[in-house]
Amino acid sequence: MNKPLNKMAVQATINGESTAFLCSPGQVLAEVLRDELDLIGTKIGCNTGDCGACSVLLEGRLVCSCLVLAAEVEGKSVQTVEGVADGGELHPVQQKLLEHGGLQCGICTPGVVIAAKALLEHNPDPTEEQARYWLAGNLCRCTGYDKIIRAVLDAAKTMREEAA
Amino acid sequence: MAVQEFLSPRSLSEAQAAVGEGATSSWLAGGTDLLVGIRLGARDPARVIDLKQIPELTAIEVGETSVRIGAAASAFDVLHNSDVPSLFPGLAEALNLIGSTQITGRCSAGGNLCNASPAADSIPALIANGAQCRILGPEGERTLAVEDFVVGPNKNALAPGELLVELILPRPAIGTSDAYLRLTPRTEMDIAVAGAGVSITLNESGACTAARVAIGAVAPTALLVEAAGEALVGSPLDQPAIDAALAAVRAAAKPISDKRGTAEYRTHVVGILVSRAIANVQARIEEARA
Repeated sequence: MNKPLNKMAVQATINGESTAFLCSPGQVLAEVLRDELDLIGTKIGCNTGDCGACSVLLEGRLVCSCLVLAAEVEGKSVQTVEGVADGGELHPVQQKLLEHGGLQCGICTPGVVIAAKALLEHNPDPTEEQARYWLAGNLCRCTGYDKIIRAVLDAAKTMREEAA
Repeated sequence: MAVQEFLSPRSLSEAQAAVGEGATSSWLAGGTDLLVGIRLGARDPARVIDLKQIPELTAIEVGETSVRIGAAASAFDVLHNSDVPSLFPGLAEALNLIGSTQITGRCSAGGNLCNASPAADSIPALIANGAQCRILGPEGERTLAVEDFVVGPNKNALAPGELLVELILPRPAIGTSDAYLRLTPRTEMDIAVAGAGVSITLNESGACTAARVAIGAVAPTALLVEAAGEALVGSPLDQPAIDAALAAVRAAAKPISDKRGTAEYRTHVVGILVSRAIANVQARIEEARA
């Protein structure tokens, strides 16, 4: 007799598209995104929720996808960095990170983009202090953070002007 | 060994059935400690039971006499509840200090309590507010004060098959407020060297009629320092009363020395934190009356 595969079938909305995947019961979302769904924009850094490289939005809320079991997202919506740009047009957070040089090696960048987008959806006009606290869970070893913060505050300004 | 089974019960009775037979099970709330524990090999459950589909476990109910916080309700949900942060500003301060924005989105007061770290931020705040734990198990239901729920470093009072359903906080009387303060070497993303949760009631002439003082990270478990509360009651929170409360706090503290600070330093600092927390509570009560 064949050994049972012990895989779970999960149905979720990922970047707006209904998506089905198989996962093992202990597999984390970050791994499924990368290895099963080829959404390799999400990076795995520490795998213990400290670095923020695997940040995604789960039901619109900022989480570390290394601390979410893939099976938990059944019936839920997930947004990854692949779903941030509108077709060929970059999101203001992405555009401003480029303009301000808010990235170097790029490993933290997808998590920073997701976290900054979540911040501006939650608070369209953050102070520098609020932005720094919100992004404290996204570690960057290249930029020294200053250019990231400038980019996020500039993106906030652009988005407020577009909304006005 | 790895996780063999993931279950997502929809009710308390389904949860009890899920934990019922055989395999070692772990309850899953926000997962910010459990999944790290599995990754690092400290935890090895064969079965993980997610609690977040059970309405009682994620509900936040503000009633006439009590406030109920489902054990798996996320810190983010508590912080964005329309009433809880204004009723318990100190509990909100503590929950907001747990990890990054990403962690706050998932972690829960119930999970922080069950994980039972000596340095957990929410535990002194819960103790200061007189929170009770509603526990459901194979033998039925029981209630335990938060200060009795943690029995040692990373050890809680739950028997096999028992589940922490919710935390029940008495609704603060008029003239009551709370505060939580901790000291960390960095401003964010760090573990407390010492923590202090204080809840105080002042009558209209400014005399203290009730006080609970709890301290964290200075003993194997967070402690309720009853003598510190007693030292404040009856006083107008003047210097002799505060000095007596601080002496009681420092006498109760039994810290270890480690890379975050020596026992002597922690004993000193926890007193400073309590005195500042008392001042914050007093200011909050006066502001609410102004």
